[in-house]
Amino acid sequence: MAKKNYDVIIIGAGVVGCMVARFLSRYKLRILHIEKEADVCMGATSANTAIIHAGYDPVPGSLKAVMNVQGNKMWDTLAGELHIPFERRGDYVVAIGKEELPALDELWDRGVKNGVPGMIMLSGAEVRRREPDINPEVSGALWASTGGIADPFAATVAAAENAVMNGVELMLDTKFEDWVMDGSRIVGIKTNQGTFGCRWAVNAAGLYSDVVMHKAGIRPEFKITPRKGEYYVFDRAEIAVNNVLFPVPSKISKGILVTTTVHGNTIIGPNAQEIEDKEDRSVTQEGLDEVWEGAQKLVPKLSLKHAIAVFAGLRPGGNASCKTPGVDYKKDYIIEIPDEVRGFVNLGGIESPGLVSSPAIAQRVVDLLKDAGENLEEKPDWDPIRPERPRFRDLMPEEQKILIQNDPRYGRIVCRCEYVTEGEIVAEIHAPVPATSYDAIKRRTWLGTGRCQGGFDTPRVVEILARELGISPLEVTKKGAGSKLLARPTKEVGG
Amino acid sequence: MAEETTKIICITCPMGCTLEVTHEGKTITKVEGEQCKRGKEYAQAELTDPRRMVTSTVKVKGGVHPLVPVYTAAPIPKPKIFDLLAELRKVELPAPVETGQKVLENALDTGIDVLASRNLPAA
Amino acid sequence: MLKEMYDVIVIGSGPGGLAAAIEAKKTGAEDVLIIERDKELGGILLQCIHNGFGVEIFKEDYTGPTYAQRFISDVHQLGVETLLDAMVLDISPNRHIYAISKWSGFAELDARAIVLSMGARERTRAQIRLRGTRPAGVYTAGTAQRFTNIEGYLPGKRFVILGSGDIGMIMARRLTFEGAKVERVLEIMPFLTGLTRNYVQCLLDFDIPLQLRHTVKRIMGSSRVEAVEAVQVDEKWQPIAGTEEIIPCDTLLLSVGLIPENELSKKAGVVLDPVTGGPFVDEGMQTNVAGIFAAGNVVHIYDLVDWVTEAGSVAGRAAAKYAIAQRQEAARHVKMQAGQNVRYVVPHRLDKESLVEEDQKLQMRVIQPIEGNVWVEVKDGDELVARKGQRYARPGEMVDIKLPQKAYDAVRKADRLTVNVVPR
Repeated sequence: MAKKNYDVIIIGAGVVGCMVARFLSRYKLRILHIEKEADVCMGATSANTAIIHAGYDPVPGSLKAVMNVQGNKMWDTLAGELHIPFERRGDYVVAIGKEELPALDELWDRGVKNGVPGMIMLSGAEVRRREPDINPEVSGALWASTGGIADPFAATVAAAENAVMNGVELMLDTKFEDWVMDGSRIVGIKTNQGTFGCRWAVNAAGLYSDVVMHKAGIRPEFKITPRKGEYYVFDRAEIAVNNVLFPVPSKISKGILVTTTVHGNTIIGPNAQEIEDKEDRSVTQEGLDEVWEGAQKLVPKLSLKHAIAVFAGLRPGGNASCKTPGVDYKKDYIIEIPDEVRGFVNLGGIESPGLVSSPAIAQRVVDLLKDAGENLEEKPDWDPIRPERPRFRDLMPEEQKILIQNDPRYGRIVCRCEYVTEGEIVAEIHAPVPATSYDAIKRRTWLGTGRCQGGFDTPRVVEILARELGISPLEVTKKGAGSKLLARPTKEVGG
Repeated sequence: MAEETTKIICITCPMGCTLEVTHEGKTITKVEGEQCKRGKEYAQAELTDPRRMVTSTVKVKGGVHPLVPVYTAAPIPKPKIFDLLAELRKVELPAPVETGQKVLENALDTGIDVLASRNLPAA
Repeated sequence: MLKEMYDVIVIGSGPGGLAAAIEAKKTGAEDVLIIERDKELGGILLQCIHNGFGVEIFKEDYTGPTYAQRFISDVHQLGVETLLDAMVLDISPNRHIYAISKWSGFAELDARAIVLSMGARERTRAQIRLRGTRPAGVYTAGTAQRFTNIEGYLPGKRFVILGSGDIGMIMARRLTFEGAKVERVLEIMPFLTGLTRNYVQCLLDFDIPLQLRHTVKRIMGSSRVEAVEAVQVDEKWQPIAGTEEIIPCDTLLLSVGLIPENELSKKAGVVLDPVTGGPFVDEGMQTNVAGIFAAGNVVHIYDLVDWVTEAGSVAGRAAAKYAIAQRQEAARHVKMQAGQNVRYVVPHRLDKESLVEEDQKLQMRVIQPIEGNVWVEVKDGDELVARKGQRYARPGEMVDIKLPQKAYDAVRKADRLTVNVVPR
């Protein structure tokens, strides 16, 4: 017997799941949002290049292309409503040497077919003017002016918070285990925290979307093959690239970018390596070497001695065929209500351009439900705005003074390299989607990402987390269960 | 008693000479490898009565920190180090603590006190 | 209450900063302030609870905190001011400091001289390109030392330490003393990078194995460290295939070097030597920016704290002398201020000593015409310094007044003189 009944249960709180939650929260629906990790945004969304793609790259006619271009248009409003750091700088696909120029034309044609507005071809000289450190052999670039950069953590957290503020119940540390079926209809899900009833379930499980759909007997041939991409992050005081720079693409990935990010750091990556283990986010010698070699092609001046961090992300790459007749593409998104099972909205293989597409995917989920006969009644008090929380380092001195006067905790710098204050940390711990681990705070505030990589702030963050959560410092974790930071009090032996 | 050779690194000065010490039990018959006469003295001490300064911490109640650092007023016999640490683990001082305050008097009957390294104010 | 202007502001209260502040005061700087980001003075010394400090300059074998305490007592005794739990956000090249703290809010301070003594930060895992997973349990030795000695928590139970520097070896002993197990110390170089006495008293004494020419190939464990894969390297630091060894542990400590912490220095326009990572300095520890000095690990990494104290003293003395000269220079000049009915006065400032030689002429324009007798007066507050009568004053005609030589004594004690043109 199901303990609690919902209209919709969403499985997975990456950017797609959280956007779906946020868009659905507009309607009079009882919604449960579950996530197996200790925080939102710990899967594919937590490690990527953070690009809001323009949309010239996906295969024309594919769902990826449609979602990309639709989603791209939604980002101004979305970023404004949810206060997500977002900048439309444009994507540059840079041709090095004359032999790469024809590839730009190919991308141009694709962009036109996909309905990408605002594309301009630039001469090598113009590219050099805009990006002085670019490889001097640059022969030209495709500038897709609608491309941009965003903070994927902020986007996910903001969407999740807005959903929660509008009535969605979010349960973390809650892992999908199996479906509760009534014949061929889904009526509930079993989790490690109990069984819940629902009329609709949305599969937004990212790397595990295949596992989830297989349990309902859907698309047994569908498989998620994780593709690892590794990155270097550079000290923003030492190197600052102005733009998002793509190389001319290769067969398996968009290529190794050199790009700025909304935080001002330059990052390079990703490479693309198919692996088996969905939990393997280790950085490798080979991967980082490949990234370094690729990046030097675009910006030869880069120096590894200014690299302050490395990380790896996993793309949830699927093998679904594109449904558009005449389009032969076997890695398209799955966004559908399958015929075989009722009460199921299936999302699968949402890899790049997943971030830009996420609001469009969420809107499509709403449309799919409407088409399936759901009478979606709008909440009169739905609030699309997620209020902004102050970031100390982005404020002018006058604003900083006022902030400190109103709450002295903003006067205590905890992360010296990134100027993150105690006030901000406390605000995130008590936010609608609370940050309860070191990494959760790091994702939201950018603390610990600078030169000292947490060397200075860690003891202070542990103290604040313990105090605010009312737990012992021994209970504070890096990223949820199993990752405690400390072992025992100094003066107690044994154990 | 059989004659044996033990290698000892002298730490009297930063040179760090490796000494080859030939001895019967605790009686030294020969020392080689030293560059000054302090080497012989160090070898003698290390063989017959090795001693170490010990620094650690003890618990504090009601202080600005939960621990205060402490030190032995003089080097203590090396075999007693871990017993001393076990004794220190039992200590809990009330704040405030003063620099040089006696934390353990005549620790383990060595005649050597353990003292506080710093002031620790009450919270 | 913080002052707006200090003679010397010292940033950081480790051994370098403490010595600088004390020497500055002893050399004659009147207002000396230390800004410290922690809640108490002492800097890194407070967590260095081992002995070996002060052997050279005091002929004593102090622990770090005891060594610091000596200077902290002097600081209080000499009346050096302190601003604790405060972070300096910015320093401009003209020595304007922005700092914030929970308790004093936003502070804007000026200094005649600044001593930078922010110390160093530790090299990170990313900087040495450690491969593998990113679980909890990877710490730099200094952060582990802070937890163990100050916060009162052991970061783990079973340790591998990468780096045979002093901090790593000291922590090996410290952790062993507190009942943890140190499995191995790995050092990539073919020689010990720390002091031999530490090798003997921290590793040999406790049978902790040291492997030279070894490093960590990768970290293992998804949520918490479960093991490290150690490997031998050749002369080019390349791993030698087949020498890998998986060492089970729950914590990896990194003791792989210190980097002078100069972000603030850069903001102040201080030029850094790429070889040391610290500012270019002269024999007085002055950087390229006039009035900004630097001392301690922020300049280059020291091995003995005694020499840090010495450097701090040099910087403190030089900073004080610079500040005193600035004071004297400022005191030499008096500012001329346009007062009642005066649009401007030229010269704007006057070297007081100039009156020794001869009278000085002040020139001005009035704002409103006064058709009638007027006084042109020069005042120090309410005290009249010089006065001249005129039959009228008009904006179109320049007005002047002589400051006579005999006004020297009055001018000498003034900070500012106001010039008025008023009806008689």
